[in-house]
Order: sequence, then C-alpha cells, then structure tokens
Amino acid sequence: MRTGIKGCTMPSSLLWAVDVYGRVYSLSTAGQQWEQCRDAQLEFKRVTAVQQCCWGIACDHQIYLNVHASDVPIRYQEETYENQRWNPVDGFSERLLPKNWEWEADWYVDENFGGEPTEKGGWTYAIDFPASYTKDKKWNSCVRRRRWIRYRRYKARDTWAKIPSEEVRPLPDPFNDISCGGWEISDERQGRLSLWAVSLQGKVWFRDGIHHQNPEGWGWEEVQVPGEVVQISCGPGDLLWAVLWEGQLLVREGIGRDCPQGFSWVVVESPSSEVGAIHVTVGVNVVWAVTKDHKVWFRRGINSHNPCGSGWIGMVGEMVMMNVGLNDQVWGISREDRAVYFRQGVTASELSGKAWKAVSVPRDGDRSHSSASTSSLPSAGCFFSGEPEDAPKPRIPKVTSDSFISELVSDRESQVGRREGGAAVASIQEEEQGGEQEGTAPPALVLSPSQSGNQDPQWSNVDLEEAQTHLAVGPPSDTAETCSLSSVATYNLGLEDPYGSDEHPLWAWVSGGGCTVDSHTQLNWFNSSGISSSVQAMSLSITPAQTAAWRKQIFEQLSERSKREIENFKHYEQAIEQSVWVKKGTMQWWRDWKPHKWVDVRFALEQFSGTDGNKDGILFIYYTFNEEKKYLHAFVNEVTILVPVLNDAKHTFAIYTADRTKQRWPIRLAASTELEMYDWLALLSVSCCDSRGIQGPPSKQAIWSVTCKGDIFVSDPWPSLEASPYPMPCDQMFWRQIGGHLRTVESWAYTGGYGGGFSQGLASSTDNIYTQTDVKSVYIYENQRWNPVTGYTNRGLPTDRYMWSDASGLQECTKTNTKPPSPHWTWVSDWTIDYGVSGGTDREGWQYAADFPASYHGNKTLKDFVRRRRWARKCKLTTTGPWQEVPPIALSDVTLLPCMALAKMEHVPLWAISNKGDVLCRLGVTTESPAGTSWLHVGTDQPFKSISIGGAHQVWAIARDGSAFYRGSVSAQNPAGDCWYHIPSPPRQKLKQVSVGRTSVYTVDENGNLWYRQGLTPSYPQGSTWDHISNNVRKVSAGPLDQVWIIADKVQGSHSLSCGTVCHRLGVQPMEPKGQSWDYGIGGGWDHITVRGNSLEAVRFSMSALTDSTAGRSAPRSPLALRSQEMNGNAVGC
Amino acid sequence: MLCDWCRYVRVQLNDNTGAFSFLTIAGGLIRTQHKSNVCSFVTRRHSLCATWSYRSMADDKDVLRDVWFGRIPTCFTLNQDEITEREAEPFYLLLPRVSYLTLVTDKVKKHFHKVMRQEDLEEMWFEYEGTPLKWHYPIGVLFDLHASNTALPWSITVHFKDFPEQDLLHCPSNSVIEAHFMSSIKEADALKHKGQVVNEMQKKDHKQLWMGLQNDKFDQFWAMNRKLMEYPTEEGGFRYLPFRIYQTMSDRPFIQKLFRPATPDGHAHTLGDLLKEMFPAAIPQDDEQMKYQVIIHGIEPMLETPIQWLSEHLSHPDNFLHICIIPAPND
Repeated sequence: MRTGIKGCTMPSSLLWAVDVYGRVYSLSTAGQQWEQCRDAQLEFKRVTAVQQCCWGIACDHQIYLNVHASDVPIRYQEETYENQRWNPVDGFSERLLPKNWEWEADWYVDENFGGEPTEKGGWTYAIDFPASYTKDKKWNSCVRRRRWIRYRRYKARDTWAKIPSEEVRPLPDPFNDISCGGWEISDERQGRLSLWAVSLQGKVWFRDGIHHQNPEGWGWEEVQVPGEVVQISCGPGDLLWAVLWEGQLLVREGIGRDCPQGFSWVVVESPSSEVGAIHVTVGVNVVWAVTKDHKVWFRRGINSHNPCGSGWIGMVGEMVMMNVGLNDQVWGISREDRAVYFRQGVTASELSGKAWKAVSVPRDGDRSHSSASTSSLPSAGCFFSGEPEDAPKPRIPKVTSDSFISELVSDRESQVGRREGGAAVASIQEEEQGGEQEGTAPPALVLSPSQSGNQDPQWSNVDLEEAQTHLAVGPPSDTAETCSLSSVATYNLGLEDPYGSDEHPLWAWVSGGGCTVDSHTQLNWFNSSGISSSVQAMSLSITPAQTAAWRKQIFEQLSERSKREIENFKHYEQAIEQSVWVKKGTMQWWRDWKPHKWVDVRFALEQFSGTDGNKDGILFIYYTFNEEKKYLHAFVNEVTILVPVLNDAKHTFAIYTADRTKQRWPIRLAASTELEMYDWLALLSVSCCDSRGIQGPPSKQAIWSVTCKGDIFVSDPWPSLEASPYPMPCDQMFWRQIGGHLRTVESWAYTGGYGGGFSQGLASSTDNIYTQTDVKSVYIYENQRWNPVTGYTNRGLPTDRYMWSDASGLQECTKTNTKPPSPHWTWVSDWTIDYGVSGGTDREGWQYAADFPASYHGNKTLKDFVRRRRWARKCKLTTTGPWQEVPPIALSDVTLLPCMALAKMEHVPLWAISNKGDVLCRLGVTTESPAGTSWLHVGTDQPFKSISIGGAHQVWAIARDGSAFYRGSVSAQNPAGDCWYHIPSPPRQKLKQVSVGRTSVYTVDENGNLWYRQGLTPSYPQGSTWDHISNNVRKVSAGPLDQVWIIADKVQGSHSLSCGTVCHRLGVQPMEPKGQSWDYGIGGGWDHITVRGNSLEAVRFSMSALTDSTAGRSAPRSPLALRSQEMNGNAVGC
Repeated sequence: MLCDWCRYVRVQLNDNTGAFSFLTIAGGLIRTQHKSNVCSFVTRRHSLCATWSYRSMADDKDVLRDVWFGRIPTCFTLNQDEITEREAEPFYLLLPRVSYLTLVTDKVKKHFHKVMRQEDLEEMWFEYEGTPLKWHYPIGVLFDLHASNTALPWSITVHFKDFPEQDLLHCPSNSVIEAHFMSSIKEADALKHKGQVVNEMQKKDHKQLWMGLQNDKFDQFWAMNRKLMEYPTEEGGFRYLPFRIYQTMSDRPFIQKLFRPATPDGHAHTLGDLLKEMFPAAIPQDDEQMKYQVIIHGIEPMLETPIQWLSEHLSHPDNFLHICIIPAPND
C-alpha cells in the first residue's frame, strides 16, 4: 500500500573486546563508545562473537553464552503423543525444563492433522500401534492418539548464561580458547553454529547441535589432534585453523554440511622458520597469523578448495592477537599500545587490506581513574604488594592479550628474563632512567591501573585460580629499547594529561565475528581524542623516497614559479572564466555500492556558461570513501528526468541520465526537509531546461506520462523518435515535470499554462494554473490468529505476518505509523472499519481464512484459523497545475481521436467512461471550445472500463467482464455510432485496457499480456484474432503514427530491476504493424503514458488531442478540464 | 597545496538570508576577500586541508595541481599596422600554461574587434618578437621556448591580417583545437599503452577530457586522465614515454623518438638519461659552463629525476612531456 523508497537504516552490530582486567565491552557500529557489558559480574578471558550471540570463557573456566535479545523469541516446540497407556500431562513437569528456558504456555492439543482440523479433540485413529493414523474414526479403529504441544522459550537473553557443564562426562580440564563460526557452511540450515574449544591440556572439543532453536547446543565432542593445541579459529565457512604448542599450524580438512567437524588435520609450518606462530585467525577466504615475535602474517592462496593456502606474506604492524570478523574484515590488538586496530581497505579483491587504523573511542566505564591517577602518580615510587591496602585499589589484571598461551610459549623459548619478570617490577622512575630493571626490583608487586596504563607493560597472566598476578613490567630483552622508548613517551604524555592517558584502554582480546562492517562502512570510531591521533601518527611510517632531492627541488621550483608568474599579477583577468554559480547543500545519497544505504553527502550544482553561450551545469555529489574524499558527477545536459519520490520517511528524489536509465539505478538523493527538496528540484529542473534550451509550454506533440504517485511528466519528442529503422533511444528522452496530480492524461484539458506545483514562483506562467484536489483512502489490515486457549487474538505465530499490516502482510502498518502516501496528502478522516471488501465481511468487518495468505470469506467456519479486517482512512491532496476540472461526472477513462484526416475539423470526437461504467460521448468539442457542450449517453449491456478511439473513427472499448466491443458506424456525421459488436477476449484472459492508433488496435489483459488485433480491414473493422505481443505490460498507448508505447513491468537494467517502465516498440512499419522489439526508457514507478499527441511525421496534422489543442494556443478562451481520478485509486506498488 | 575540498570552497552561503557570496580561486590559491563569517568557514576547512595534505604527500597530487593551475601573465597589444578606428588599449590576461592560445583568447578577440572595422577582421594570430606563435603548442611551451628569461608580463602582439601561412596552422574553430588535442592524447597513449586505454574509453570520456581542459576543470579532467596514467606495476612504467623536445635554435619542430622509462634490467631512466640520448649537449660536462637550460613547465628539474615520474606528473594535458631546451643566459 505504501509505495516508494523506504528509508533504510542499516542495523547496527557489535564489536566485542575484553580489556586486560577481564571486563567485556562492546562497541556498536553506530556508536562511539565502548559499552561495558553490564551483566558481567565475572571477568572473562576470551570472547568469540557471532551476529546473534557471543560466547566467552570466564575466569571460572566455565563457558558462558550471551544471546542478544531480538523481537523474535527463541521457541522450541516440545511435543508428545497421548495414547491409551500414557497421559503426558501428568508425565511432564517443570523439572524437565532445561536451565535458561521457560514455558511459554500450557500444553495444548494439536487440532491440526495434515493441514485439516480434526474437530474431535485432536484424536486420530489407527488399527494398531504403530500404524498410519486417520482423523476419522472407523469401525476398525482400535487405537487413537493425539498430539500435545507446548512451547518453551529461551529466557537468558542479553545476559551471560552459564552453559551447564556436562552431567554425564565432566571435562577433564578447563577451557583455554574458544571460537565460534560455521554459520556459512554451504547449504547449512539457518542459525546453525560450530563452536570449537581448546582445553588447557591442548585438546580440541567441538560443541554439537547449536542452532537457532537451541542456542546452547547439546554437548562436547572431543576431536583428536596430532599435537597440543593452544589456540583455534573457526571461520564463518569451512575454514578452521589451530596453533600448536610447537608453533606450527593445523588446518582442518573436510568440513562441510554433512560433517561440520571435518575429517583430518594438515600441518602448516610457521611463517617464520625461527619463530613459531602463537595466534591464528580465519575468515571465509583469509587466514592471518601472528608469530611469537608479534609479526603479522597473511596467508596467500586460501580458497574453499585449498584451505591450506600457498604461502605467507609478512605484513606491517606488530600485534598480540588478531581476529577476522564478518566480510573478512580484520581486527587486531597492537603490541605497542594495546589499542584495538582495524584493518582498513579489506575488500574481496584486496583481502589483505591497506593499513591499520586505531579504534579510538572512549569507554562508558571511564571514570574515577583520572582522579586516582593523579594521586597515584606521586606515589608511583612506593610499591604495594599482591594484597594491596592503599587506595586507590588497583584492579588485578586477570587476562593478558597474549594470555596464558604466549606466556607459556615464551617460557619454552626460554626467555628467562621475562619469566623472572614474573617476579620483577619496575618503578616509573627506573623506567625513565634507562629501563635496566630486571632482577633489581622487588618481587611480586602490582602497579595501579593508571600507572600500568602509562607504562604500557607486558601483562602476563599466570594463575587464574588464585587471581595472583605477576607483572612483568620490563619488556623482553630483545625489544627492550623500543619498548622503553615508547613507554617513556607515553609517560610524558601522561604527565601532561593524566586523564588522557587513562582514557586509552589496554585490550586483551577482540572479536569481530558479529560486527557487520566492510570497506565501505563509515564508522565513527577513528576520530576522537588527541591521544589516539598521536598513537596513530606514531604507527605511521614515513617513506624515505619522499625526501629525494629531485622531488624537493620540483616542489620548491613550482612554488617559486607560482610566486614569479602569478603572485604579482593576480589582478589580471583569468583567460577561462570561472564565473560559476554554485549552489551547495547537504543531502543524503543512496550509495551505489553494497550494502546500499543512505549516506551523508555534500551536493553542489555548478552552473556556467558554455562556450556557445548555452548555460550548462554539473552536479557534484561529494562523499567519503575509506576516509578519502571522492565525488560523483553528472552533466546537467545529460540528465533526462528528475523524479520526486516522496514517502513518509524521507524527502527524496531521483536523478536519471540515459546511462542511469539503462542501469535502472538513478542517483537517489534525500533532502532534509520537503521545502529544501522542492527548492533543489526547481533549481535543477530550470537548469536542465536551460541546458537543453527548452522553455515555455510543451508542444502539441508532447508525450505525457504519469507516475504511480500521480506526478505528471512531459517530453517533447524529437522527429527522430519515431524514425525507422533507427529511432532515438527512448532512454535519452528528456522529461520535465508538470504540476498537478493525475491518473491518466489524454483528455485532460490542459490549459496552456506550464509549471505549477513545486515550481511555483520560479517558472510558472501565472495564468491558467488551477487548484486540483484528490481524495483517496489508505487501507491497513488488522490480522488475527485463532489459538485454542484465548480464541482470536492479536498474537500470531512467530512466522506470521504483522498483526497490523498492508494487504500483502509484508509491511507492518499500524494505525499510528501509517502515514499518508506523501507529505502532500493530509488526513481528512479517522480510521474506520471498511465493510466494502470483496469477499464480504461479518458484522465487525472480519474476513476469515484457513491461513495467511489465503482467500478470505465473510463468515467464520471451523476451518478458519485466521481473520483480518480492513481499516480505511481518507486523505486529501491539494496541488496546483494547469488542469481544470470538468464537473459534474467523475470519469474513469477518456479518449480523443488522435489524428485527424482533415485539416479543418468541426468536432473532435471525445469518448469517456464514467466512474459507474457508463459510456459517454462528448458533443461539441472543438478547438475553440475544448470542453464541448454536452454529454451523450451511449447505452451498453454492462459497465465498461476502457475506451479508445483511433483513426477512421474506430471506437473500441473494454467491458467490465474483460471482453472487447467495437462500436459500429461511428463517423463525423454520426459521432455516437449505432451499435456495439462483441469481440471475444483472448482465451482465458480478461482484457482491461484498449488503445487504438491510426489502424492498429492494442489491448492489455489483467495478466499483463499485450495483444494486437489481427485482420482489421475497412470492410471488416472488427478484425479476426488476437495476437500475443508481450507480457509484463501494464498499459499501452498507440499513437496516430501507429507507434506503440507501453508501461512495462520487470525491466532488467544492468544494476537493478524496475517496474512501471516506459517502453517503445521498435520496428513498427506499415507492413509490420506489430513491430519487433522493445526499447526501454524511463522507469520505474510509471503508471501511464500517452503518445497520442505525437504525430510528428504527419504533415497535414491539425490537432491531435485536446491537450494539444489548448496547449498550442496562447490563451484558451474557455479552458476547462475533466476530472477522472478514480476514487480510492490504489497507487501501483512499484 | 589544496585538497579537493578547497577547490569548491569558492562559493558558500554566507548568512541566513540565503544570499550567495563568492570566493574565487586564482591559480589554485584562495583569495580571502570575503565577509568575516565566510572567512571563518574557510579557515576551519583549511585546517582540515592541512591535515590532508600532510597525509597525501605521497601521491604527488599537488604537483599535478600546480602544473594545471600554472598561469602566465600576458599583455596583448595590437600590431601597429592594423587599421583601427580608435586607439587599441593593450589587454591583460592570465593565460593557463597547459591550454592553447586560440582556445583562451576569445576575450582578446572581442577586445580588439571593438576598435576595428568589420571588413578588416581576418583570422587572429599572435606573434612574439617577430616569431609567429604556433597555437597548437601549449602556451607554457611557447613561453618557455621563446620568452623564458624575459620580464613579465609576456608581451604578445596580435595580428588580424597577413596570416603567416607557412608558419601557422589555421584555427577556424575550437573543434580544430579539440581534434588536435585528442589526436595528441591518442598518440601519447599509443606510445604508453599501445592505444588500449584511450580506445577503451567512450566518446563521453573523451569529451570529459576535452571539456576539462576547455573549462579549466582540474577534477573533471583528472578523473579521466588518471586512467591514461596507469601502468602495470610489474612493468614499472609506460611502454614508451611520450615526450617532445623543443629547441629554439633548430628548424626541426621537435625531437620525438621511442624511449623506454627503464633499462631492460629494470633500472629507472632519468631525465639525464633521456637527454644523453636525445640531446647530449644539454648535459654539462664536468668543468664547462652550463650551455643550455632544460625547462619543463617553467622549472628546471634535476637531471636525476626519474623520467617516468616526470611523465606522470609534469606532462601536459595532451599527455606529452614537453621539454624546452634553450641557450643558458650568458651572465
């Protein structure tokens, strides 16, 4: 019901991270700060997120699940069969309910059997168990059964729920790593997940049975591994990599739909021969690894046929861990500052991305540390031990980024100094003095968090159980120099602004598996405080090539040249005039690439005088892509049409060029206010007309079209438009909007003015603009489903349509959120129940059916489980345009003889059909008096719905029953003819519209088929058969040259599909009146076209249509118009 | 150094009345002759620009901009032999270095037409110190070649009769310039990419290049020209470099030969390498006085400059690197 472009906002998604204190934070793609996970009483060491939930290992070694709340509940249907021996109602109790679940309602009997109600309490019958059951009780039915159903609902949402530990077989040792993925394994049913875990002993476990209805899964299965695994990563698809203690990597082979666990392992050597890997992360098509020296590696040649890839590429940056999220986007925690970094520029074609960028947003939990840090700074020299008594009480770091594993790994590498550091700590002063601290500091000391933040230490987690943390402040000896340098630098920063340094959190783990970003996503994560930019700047490398002498010289000389040649001559005139008028503004743009969404852009129209004196212009749309400023432009003289696309959410319009028409993908823009939109449209349309040298009213030949919104467009045809065999492509036609709101254009008494509507005050001629109003109803549907407990309620099944919806049920439409079709319309009544629905209603307006969607009937039967009723509300539109209403009869169709054989014509035949289906013939219509004098009623057996008059006074009409009629003996002398000849419709089709050209007759049926009447001859004007021309046709207009134009649906462009598209029949010739093929023009959303004015080929043309007859005259004497908006005319969805 | 943004800061809404106020750009520099509130707007944006130019130093885009917006202050005087109805005032203009004389002198023509009789008007042509100026050379080349070390403004004499048929091509309309410009681009691309890039472009892309030059639209031009400047990374440069070496002393119009941007073993050729092969005299010997100046766009790049880089950054819009060799001043 509501049509047009929907305002579309991308749902936000979350990036999850754990800081070194074990606090879990999430950062929304729409947000600008880390939100602490409020529920977490626990400290976590790992999290792994997917879109619908996040798994984590807490410091109690247990696995927790956090399922994000959504509108759709997680329900699980429990069912049991009642039979003679067992009564399930007694057999079940709350005891059976799994933890984290709740019952939704009581048990009830399933009355539905094979889609039909049993009507007998749900019993079905059979001869014996087990057998096939029928719903009818027969003489041999010895047993019966019925099914009881109850739903349980997952209640632990948006909270960390402990996964019940195995009752049968407790796990031998605690978990150490966890990774969730596998939701994209080919053809997997939706919602299925693979969860992999690694235990402290290096065993690998797979969790079975996780899917949407059962978010926790069933249980753990051990997967044999050829060594001891320290870390594992499971991608969205079939990639699974793990890291071994020894530093090699394992790749799982054989993961697929039937075997989510895979078959076997393949060993891949560490990227570096000297240093083993400590971390691996995989996506759909990528594998990244980190070696023990924190170097970052990218695996080349990964694809679904080759999960092992072909080689390693060393990348820039030093990370402690990395995580590949959705769309193969990469996140990392840098070794240097423990900030979360995002890999910029990762695209399908460039999976390794371009550069690291620090995520620098504040945390919502940032508090109190600032004051604490000021006080703790002076006290930095005093140490306090593991059981601190001083205020401020420091948080004991529980988790480290390289965590337990790397520490143990580095242990094996016999980095003794570092292990000693477990008992070593250094004061800041010592750090400043040179960082030679190992072994000299007192053991087992802990720094306050602010200090630790300043010092950027290498945390190491040793013993989770005792929460006794050892700190190794001193960096490993091999990196001592850089590390102390950086810590000194940060410390200085801290001195100046202790708060600032405190704001820089230290992260331990990040998971992007639930974070929907890609290289085009605009995030507000990268530009906040000063500290972050300095961190960024520090990590940027400077290439020495920039400093080459020759380059420097060129820069210098160029600036000298400018000084010499321009500086003193600025008062000189410029040779090329840049006297450009620019109007700028901000708008939103529906961006061209996926995911499509509205993005803020700056919009500018530059107008200048071309060399030939013509005004011309360029449209610019400035947008940001990957932080880079870019723009899109269109030459104003290439714009073919500007279409307002009003809806309740946004003030949008579309700009088409010939290319954009071919693509079916216009430039779509949204202004912030309606007024602004119309300002722009007015300016742009004047600019377009200027650049094409178009002014004044449209010509007599003009082609008129109407969109499904009622906007009217007109195009002045060029002679080449109907040229044969090479007509002008109709996507190059230029359309301009004419004020007013109409359903069809043909006999509209165009008053000869132009402009109106939005162009008020800009380009309108002041005469002949009239106010026009239209009233129509907006409908919404109230839907209900029957359930056995409460009868009909507005509580449907999860799969059901919205309880308040449009006719299709796909769109939610409540009384409050339903708006008039466009801001131009205003409500003029309140919501009322509509009883006038086809199929009938009961006294309350309800219609019943077995299920959605189905055919509805007006009385309730036992087979009905759903019902709906229609609510209507009237709205009214008032606009202005060069149209005038002809009272008093409302018409639904109207036709004029398009092309006269004689130069001078007394009367113009005009036929119309009233709203009630009466056929009318207007008498006395002349060029002088286009409104005519009186209506002549032409009798019919049944109501008609479409009529057309063509060359030689052929009048064809379509009756309401879908058959065609030909009016005999119509002539100039006998304008009403004498009798109707019934013409059967094409087999099994009901016709709905007819258009008669000079000789040809075209009809459209209700299934969208276009038919051509074959065999018309002067002696037998009824013709012989219907020839099928085309399908997907909405409307046809045959013109005085026998040219054929249609409104077609489902036109495929190179970018998208459009409905309601203007098409032109190519290859129409006297000997081949049916033509050969279609040429596609403007669309979609078009509803009507008339080309009946265009007889540009005809020389002896005097007047073609009433529109023309008045349009051609400077000031019509007695202008008037016909009104034929169909009441309640439903805009065509497009 | 201007970012893309600043190119379009020319005009901005200045107050709530909706009136427009103009900022102009001359030679790529913003003149700050505007109302205070607009000024603050610009200033704010400029701080942004500074950040960007810092970050985008690597792509040398500023060089392209400087090259494009190079201007030569010129004084046009009517030849004394022309018969006028009243005395003709000289006409001053900033000529774009990268454009063509006949393309940017409509104003000059109009200015002098005013003082002349209709029947005396023939095709306009230009002369500098006795040398007819070839309109089909870029303006910057004409200046560097003939007037490098002279005082500015450049003084050009305008003629309306005695067209030097043997020296100059006729230029009846802008379409002739367009044809010349496009054929240069095609020739350059034939050298660079065997003509593949230019042939794959559509007609409107060609038009965009031309319109960009004609209307002095840097962004419009470079949005398309960028494609002509691409090359496969593994080849390290174009197939052959499109260059032309002009000398004042020679009857030859210019030197143009095949020259690759790098040696077969991948060593990048420099400007010096090119000159060594094409015009060895331009390279000063150890002890001798420099005999020639090698000028590109009014500057003298070091001989160590990689020739591929020069071709990408200091080529004219016609995609040729125009190198002028003139005798060094004696002093």
